[in-house]
Amino acid sequence: MNEIRKEDERVKGTQEYVLLDLSHSPETGFDQFAQVVKRTFGKELFVGLWVTLREMGSTLFGKGKHTVSYPLEKMPIAPRYRAIHDMLRLLESGNYRCIGCGLCEKICISNCIAMDTKYDENQRKEVSEYTINFGRCIFCGYCAEVCPELAIVHGGRYENASEQRASFSLFEDMLKPIDMLTQQKEFDGFGAVSPNADENIKKTPLAY
Amino acid sequence: MSENMITMTIDGVACQAKEGEYILNVARANAIFIPAICYLTRCSPTLACRICLVEADGKRVYACNAKAKDGMEVLTSNQEILEERKAIMQVYDVNHPLQCGVCDQSGSCELQNYTLELSVDTQPYVIADTTREAKNWSSVLHYDPGLCIVCERCVTVCKDMIGDAAITTGARGGVELDKEYKESMPKDAYSMWNKLQKSVITPSNDTDSTNCSDCGECIAVCPVGALVSRDFVYTTNSWELTKVPATCAHCSSGCQIYYETKPTSIENRDQKIYRVTNEWNYLSLCGAGRFGYDFENRVVAKNEVAFRVAIDAIKSAQAIRFTSVITNEEALMLQTLKEKLGVKLFNTEAKAFQNFMSSYTTHSGNMLFGGNIKEMMQTSDFIISIGSSLRNDNPNVRYLFNNIQKLNKGAGLYFHPVGDSLITSMGKNITQIEHKVGTEEAILYWILDQFADKEKLPSEINEYITSFHEVSKKTITEKVITDVTETVVDAETGESKEIVKKVTTNVEKEIEVVANRLLDILDAPADFDATLEKYLGKKENFSLVLGEDLYFHSQVKNLAHLVALIEEFTPFSVAIIPPRTNSLGVALLCELDDDMNDDKITTVGYNTIGDFVLSSLGNGDLDMPAMNQQEGTLTNMHKRVVPTNAAVSYHGYELNDIMNELGFGQDLTVDWTSLLPTGRGFKSVDFDSLPNGYTNSGEENRGYRLENKTTKSTSSIPTKIVTSDISGEILYRCNPQRQFNEFTDKAHQIFEEFALYVSKEKAEMLGDKATLEINNKEFTLPVVVDDRMSGDIIKLPDFKHSHEIYTHFGDSRFKSTTIRKA
Repeated sequence: MNEIRKEDERVKGTQEYVLLDLSHSPETGFDQFAQVVKRTFGKELFVGLWVTLREMGSTLFGKGKHTVSYPLEKMPIAPRYRAIHDMLRLLESGNYRCIGCGLCEKICISNCIAMDTKYDENQRKEVSEYTINFGRCIFCGYCAEVCPELAIVHGGRYENASEQRASFSLFEDMLKPIDMLTQQKEFDGFGAVSPNADENIKKTPLAY
Repeated sequence: MSENMITMTIDGVACQAKEGEYILNVARANAIFIPAICYLTRCSPTLACRICLVEADGKRVYACNAKAKDGMEVLTSNQEILEERKAIMQVYDVNHPLQCGVCDQSGSCELQNYTLELSVDTQPYVIADTTREAKNWSSVLHYDPGLCIVCERCVTVCKDMIGDAAITTGARGGVELDKEYKESMPKDAYSMWNKLQKSVITPSNDTDSTNCSDCGECIAVCPVGALVSRDFVYTTNSWELTKVPATCAHCSSGCQIYYETKPTSIENRDQKIYRVTNEWNYLSLCGAGRFGYDFENRVVAKNEVAFRVAIDAIKSAQAIRFTSVITNEEALMLQTLKEKLGVKLFNTEAKAFQNFMSSYTTHSGNMLFGGNIKEMMQTSDFIISIGSSLRNDNPNVRYLFNNIQKLNKGAGLYFHPVGDSLITSMGKNITQIEHKVGTEEAILYWILDQFADKEKLPSEINEYITSFHEVSKKTITEKVITDVTETVVDAETGESKEIVKKVTTNVEKEIEVVANRLLDILDAPADFDATLEKYLGKKENFSLVLGEDLYFHSQVKNLAHLVALIEEFTPFSVAIIPPRTNSLGVALLCELDDDMNDDKITTVGYNTIGDFVLSSLGNGDLDMPAMNQQEGTLTNMHKRVVPTNAAVSYHGYELNDIMNELGFGQDLTVDWTSLLPTGRGFKSVDFDSLPNGYTNSGEENRGYRLENKTTKSTSSIPTKIVTSDISGEILYRCNPQRQFNEFTDKAHQIFEEFALYVSKEKAEMLGDKATLEINNKEFTLPVVVDDRMSGDIIKLPDFKHSHEIYTHFGDSRFKSTTIRKA
C-alpha cells in the first residue's frame, strides 16, 4: 500500500493547484429559472451597457481610439518581419542591385526562385527576368541572408490576396519603383550588415 | 604490362606507377591530392603556376614535371611548401575582380577553390592594374583578360592536343613588380608573378581573331571564367545545370560528353541544353561536339495519323534507307525488320565500310582491326595517315596525329591528294605527300616494302614490290679524312717531333642507289628516302590510320587485303576510322544491300531520302527522336559500345513503337541493348548497367569493349596496282570542319555553309560563286576559301542529304567535273 501511495505522489507531483471559487451550476429546474431572472433583471446588464457607453464617449470626445482602421491604416512592420520581397536599387545610379549571381536561387529551400540572365550590350550581366513563386515561398529569409549585394530583402508587403498567384512575383513587381528611390531605406533586417561592419573590414591595399 | 612498374611512396602511401610517369599523375591515380592549376594530362607540363610544388627525396620539385623513380619518397606538403602555395594564390587574387557572383565559372572555379583551400583571407601584395578589354576571338570564343590568370592551359592544349596553336602569350603592358618583393616574397610565388605580370593570352597570328578550328577546347580547360563561349556568357550559373552523361553523335569518335541542361526560361520550363562539357583531362572534343548540341526534334505529342501511314509505308516498303547516325538498338531493329519483313537495307557509307571490313576479315581472320587510338596516343612515335582528310573527317585522329608529334617526339606521314597546311604545321618531322587520286594501293605496297619482314612476306608479293626497285649508279663526292704524320723540327730546341694532322680530301665514288618507283607513282618529294631515314631514327611504335577514301575506292577489296597484310607483316598497329557516327555498329549489325537508287523500289527513308520519311530532323513524314533525345548505345572507332542518354524531352513516336505495332518490339528501346548479337562481339548486358565515365587515372570506363572474333583467314595474293585516270577538275566529297551531318547543320552555333571549299589560289580563279556539273546535274554553290587547303581539288560537302551527293559520287570519294564561274 505504502509503495503505491509513493508512486501516486510521484505521478501527481507537487503542483499546488488553486481552485476557483465558482458557484455551483443550477441543478433543478427552479434553480435554472431563478438564475435567468437574476441575470435579466439584476444590474449586470446595465454595468455592461455603461462600460460601452463610457468608452464610446471617451473615444469620440476624449482620448481617441485604440484600434487600427485597417485597411485605411496599417500597423508599422518590424524590420525583421519577413513578407513579400523587395528588390532594391543602388542609391547613386538607380540601377538595380541584383547582379544575377544566382545564390538566392541556389539556397532557396523551397526551390521557388528562378532567373534569366544574359550578356548585355555594356558587357555586363543583365537580369532579364526574375521570379519568386509565392505559392511555394515559405518566407524563410535565406535569399535575403545569402544575397551578397543586399539586393533582395524582405519588405513589409504582407497582403498576398490576388486573382493570380503569379501577381507581384516578377522582377518589376518587386523592384523599388525608380520614382520612389528617395524613399528606399537601407534594410536592417535579415542578412543586413552588422552595425559595426566597418570595424571588421580589413581594407585591400591598392597600388594607386 | 610491358613497361617497368615501380613502387614509390607519396605521403606514406605506397603507389605503383609506370617508370617515368609524372609524380602528379601517380598521385592522382592513387587519389592523393596535389594542387595543380596549369598542368593538363596528355600535354607537356607548362610550369606556369608552380603550385604543384612537392618534396621528393628531400628536394623541392614540381610534381607535374618530375618523374617518378623507384623507391622515391614524396611529401605533398610541408610548412615551406604551404607558404609558397599560399603566396601563389595570394598573387593570383591580386587585381582579380571580386564580383564572383556574375562570373560564369563561379562555383566551378579553380581560383575560388584553391583560394579557399589554402585559406587566403588577406592580400599582402599590390600592383597597379592594367586595363584589359574583353574580346571576341572568333564566332564562339569570348576572352575576358580581366579574369585571366595566365595559367596557359589554353595555349598548351591548343598546341599539344588540338594542333592549331592559335593562341599564345603576348605582352600585357603592365607595370614592373616592386623590387622589394624579390626579397620579401617566397621564391616561386615571385617568379610566377613576375611572368604573370608580363603576359596575357592573345591570338598567335597578330590579329584580334584566332584562325582556328573553333573546337572550344580552350574554353573547357580554362580554370577561371576568362574563356567562355560567346553563346553561354552570363546565361546561367554552372551549379544550376544538370549534367547528362552522353556520347557525341556527330562522328565515329563517339566522345564522352555531358549535355548540361536547365529550363529554357522562366516562362518555358522545358529542359534546354546550355552547353556541352567534357572530361578535358582525358579527351578533347571538336567544335561540332562542343557547339553542335541543339539539334533536338521538339515534338509535343504523338501524331497518330502519321504513325498509321508510317506502319503501312513500312509494311509495303521494299527497302529502308538510313544513315549511320542511329544507335545500335535502332540498327538492330532495322535488321529485325529485314529478317521479318524481307525489306532491303540501304546505307551507302556503312555498306562501303562493311565491304572494306569484310574483305579485311577474310584476309586477316580478325573481325576488328587491332589498333587502338587511345593507346597510340600514349605510346606511338611514328604515324602514317592514309585516305582521310584528318582535319575534316575525324578531329580525334587529327589530335592523335598532333599529340604524337608534340608529346612522343614522333614523326608522321600524311598521304592525301588534298594538301593541308595544318598537318605540316604540327611538327618538324612531318611530310605530306599529295599523291594522285586513286593511288592508295601504291602507298600500302610501299609500306609493305619499307616495313614488312621480307623473310616472312609471301614471295609473290616480295617479287612484285621488288620489281619497283630501280638500281642506278650514281657518282658522289665524298669527303675522306685521313691522318697524315709529319715530322717537324722545333726551331729552338732542335728536337724533331711527329705531328699528326687531319687532311680532308674529296674522293669521287660510285655507289648504287635504289630508287623506288612506287614513290614516283605517289609524287613523293625527291629527298624522301633521306627524310624518312631521319624520321625513323629511334622510333619503336608505329601506327597507321586509314580513312574513308579507302572504302570509297574502286579497289576497295584489294586495299583491305593489303591492310591485312600490313597488320600481319609489319610492326604497324592499324586503326580503321569508320566513316560516320555509328558506321561500325551498323556494319556489324545489319546485312546491308547495294543501293542502286532505283526509282521503282518503294523506300522508307530514316533521316534521308525515301518515299516515306522518318525524320529526327523534323522535316519528314513521321517524327523520330534525335540523338540527344534518346537512350541507346553507339559503337565508336575505339571499338567500344558506349551509352548515350536523353537530355531533352521528346513526346512523339520512336522506332520501337513501330516495332511494337508490327509485333516484334520490346517494352523499351533500351531493352534491345542486351539483345545485341554476341556473335558479332557485343555483350548481353543491360543498358542501365553500362558505365559512362573516366577513372582518376584516366582509364576509360565507358560501356564495354567489343570482342574481336577470329575466323580462319584465307591466304591469297593481292592484285597488282590499278591506277585509275581521273582528269579535269576534281571534286572531293568532304565536309567542312565542325560540319558532319544535318544535325550539326541544324545547331545554331555551327554555320559552315554548304559550299565549295577551295584553296586560296583556286578561289581567285572561281570567284564568289561557281556552277559545277556532276552526272548531268548542275549545282551552283558559293565558293569559300579554306586557307589551309592547297592544290586544285575542290571539296564538296555531303552533309545535306537533299543534294544526294553520295549518289552522285558513287563508289569513290573523288569525282571529275566541269566547273565555271557563276
